[in-house]
Amino acid sequence: MERVVLRGGRIIDPSQDMEGLYDIFIMGGRVASIKPAEEGSPVGEGWLEYDCKGLVVAPGFVDLHTHLREPGEEYKETIKTGTLAAAAGGFTTILCMANTTPPNDSEAVTRFIKKRAEEEGTVKVHPVGAITKGLEGKELTEMAELKEAGCVAVSDDGRPLMNTSLMRRALEYAGGLGLTVISHCEDIYLKEDGVMNEGFEATRLGLKGIPAQVESIMIARDIELCELTGSRLHIAHVSTRRGVELIRDAKRRGVNVTAEATPHHLLLTDRMVGYDTDFKMNPPLRTEEDVEALREALKDGTIDCVATDHAPHSSIEKDVEFDMAKDGVVGLETAFGVLMRLVHEGVLTLKELVRLLSTEPAKLMGLQAGSLSVGSPADVVVIDTEREWTVEPETFRSLSRNTPFKGWTLKGRVVRTFVDGRVVYEEE
Amino acid sequence: MRLKRKDILTIEELERDELEMIFSSAASFKEVSERDIKKVPTLRGRTIINLFYEPSTRTRTAFEIAGKRMSADVINISASASSVKKGETLMDTAKNLEAMKPDCIVIRHSSAGASHILAGLLSCSVINAGDGAHEHPTQALLDIFTIKERFGRVEGLKVLIVGDILHSRVARSNIWGLKKLGAEVTVCGPPTMIPPHIERLGCSVTYNIDHAIEDADVIIMLRIQLERQRATLFPSLREYARCWGLSAERLKRAKKDVLIMHPGPVNRGVELSPEVIDGPWSVILEQVTNGVAVRMALFYLLLGGVKED
Ligand SMILES: [Zn+2]
Repeated sequence: MERVVLRGGRIIDPSQDMEGLYDIFIMGGRVASIKPAEEGSPVGEGWLEYDCKGLVVAPGFVDLHTHLREPGEEYKETIKTGTLAAAAGGFTTILCMANTTPPNDSEAVTRFIKKRAEEEGTVKVHPVGAITKGLEGKELTEMAELKEAGCVAVSDDGRPLMNTSLMRRALEYAGGLGLTVISHCEDIYLKEDGVMNEGFEATRLGLKGIPAQVESIMIARDIELCELTGSRLHIAHVSTRRGVELIRDAKRRGVNVTAEATPHHLLLTDRMVGYDTDFKMNPPLRTEEDVEALREALKDGTIDCVATDHAPHSSIEKDVEFDMAKDGVVGLETAFGVLMRLVHEGVLTLKELVRLLSTEPAKLMGLQAGSLSVGSPADVVVIDTEREWTVEPETFRSLSRNTPFKGWTLKGRVVRTFVDGRVVYEEE
Repeated sequence: MRLKRKDILTIEELERDELEMIFSSAASFKEVSERDIKKVPTLRGRTIINLFYEPSTRTRTAFEIAGKRMSADVINISASASSVKKGETLMDTAKNLEAMKPDCIVIRHSSAGASHILAGLLSCSVINAGDGAHEHPTQALLDIFTIKERFGRVEGLKVLIVGDILHSRVARSNIWGLKKLGAEVTVCGPPTMIPPHIERLGCSVTYNIDHAIEDADVIIMLRIQLERQRATLFPSLREYARCWGLSAERLKRAKKDVLIMHPGPVNRGVELSPEVIDGPWSVILEQVTNGVAVRMALFYLLLGGVKED
């Protein structure tokens, strides 16, 4: 049995409210014991030792929202490259959305993804199944079978269910199976062919706007349906102040709803867009006021966790006119460094950030992840909080380069990632 | 004399003294068009490509004539943005055209920001001849030049812009330019056609044309796009003409010497009634004449003389 010890690191594990200097002993891919760090004490024969002095050791990050593009668009990303990118970003567990080609609306596709992830993947991959066949918003998928095959949630992400009755049935049916519905909240009739946040910037640039209400109207609807059905609802990539307020109010009333926000919506605004298609995503970047509201919501628990919405696109989709470019940005490899800005700015503590990236998302989806407690899988991220680095898309493990953070200098970097006690990423 | 920039993409980015330079240059080039032999050798040996992704008669012809009167070689390329979707990208087209070593590319495109893409990619000059609902700088230059010619100034004039402000690149460019030169600008139209926060460009907003025309020195009427999802923006052309169209009757409320402008082509009986189009207030044809002069000025100021490094 493989024996690994991470020595002398500052452990931050919100799942057991632990923060301090400890040695972590790993046997057979699981956390065997955690002991207060004792400098120089011998560990005995046969232990593989990693010196973590001066570094932070935390449960591996969990991303509830990635697009791996395989099957179908392997020139943008594959399960292999997407999971390499995840490992480099400190993510040890990721959920991948169903909008592949073909979409993940059947047991066969789910099993294909699981198999590929086992053969070629570096981190743990949990597929999200489609809510409707072909993501067409007409007929429910065979969710029981999807669940058996390995889906942990259902979502038609990117293709909002405009049929309110069908959304109700989806919540009821999925709820009965214990599956969470992840909702991409967007009223596509109100959106029309909008391409960026509606406001002065869109007016100045002559681009068609997407009002905040495109999101908040659907959040309001889905909260109402969540209350009607009592099922579990998770709101993807919240971007607006009104969205936050609706969720806050629903939680106060005890509605079974949770929510996520992305690093880009927490750091960027519509004033940065210009005509740069690396700033085009869905939902679009909003205003300073919205960013403030999202940050507030992270602190008070209205937003439960951070998710990347990692959405790789190649130059074919992005080196075009702004209104013709596809939505989406990559995020796995920059998420932690970017979010450290919030720690440096005093918005969050490092422990809160770890909770938002590991403990909470794992808990929301009922995953065996996000904790370093004894017996847990040894999925671990080692962080150098002092390390400064510059975002250079050419060095990404992801096949795609569409990041709005290109050229940013960040402080705080993942230096080593473990999955089941084995190193899957090491900074060169 | 030369502009210290490679491209003309927006009025937003032009300084007041650059605008003045363009106008004084246009005044001297206007004289060329009045001669018997309407040609000067200024741009001999220069190549200008008109790359039009949207149909246009007036603008394209004005650029072509402007180039030819200055002895440049002018090539017209019509492409359609929709067919381009399947074929060559804008980037590839641009690079291929540049390989033929033109001195200037004039681009009209249905996507906002298209001219920026080109300008960032190419070392030759790029002139924006209209990009989506963003800007149409040469139209604003010719509009303001026409106003200046009539009034001898722009400062302090009250200019009313009426119509589909939401989709209008002409409105945006004119607001920027007129504000930079000290005019007071009001935009007017149905609320569905007024883009959010437009007042942050420095203009005021009204929905009532009858009040707005009373103290206007200039009224710029915008073309209504008959094709464009009209149903959700206003109920009928009849009602549009009734509420926001200019008739001789409505003009009785306006100043006697008010100037009526329109970037063309006019929908007769919608934005303007025939007697207004053909009446004494209208300077629509002068705008067209000045369109050539202004574009000659731009070619001269971008391409003329010896290239500096
Ligand atoms: Zn989505």
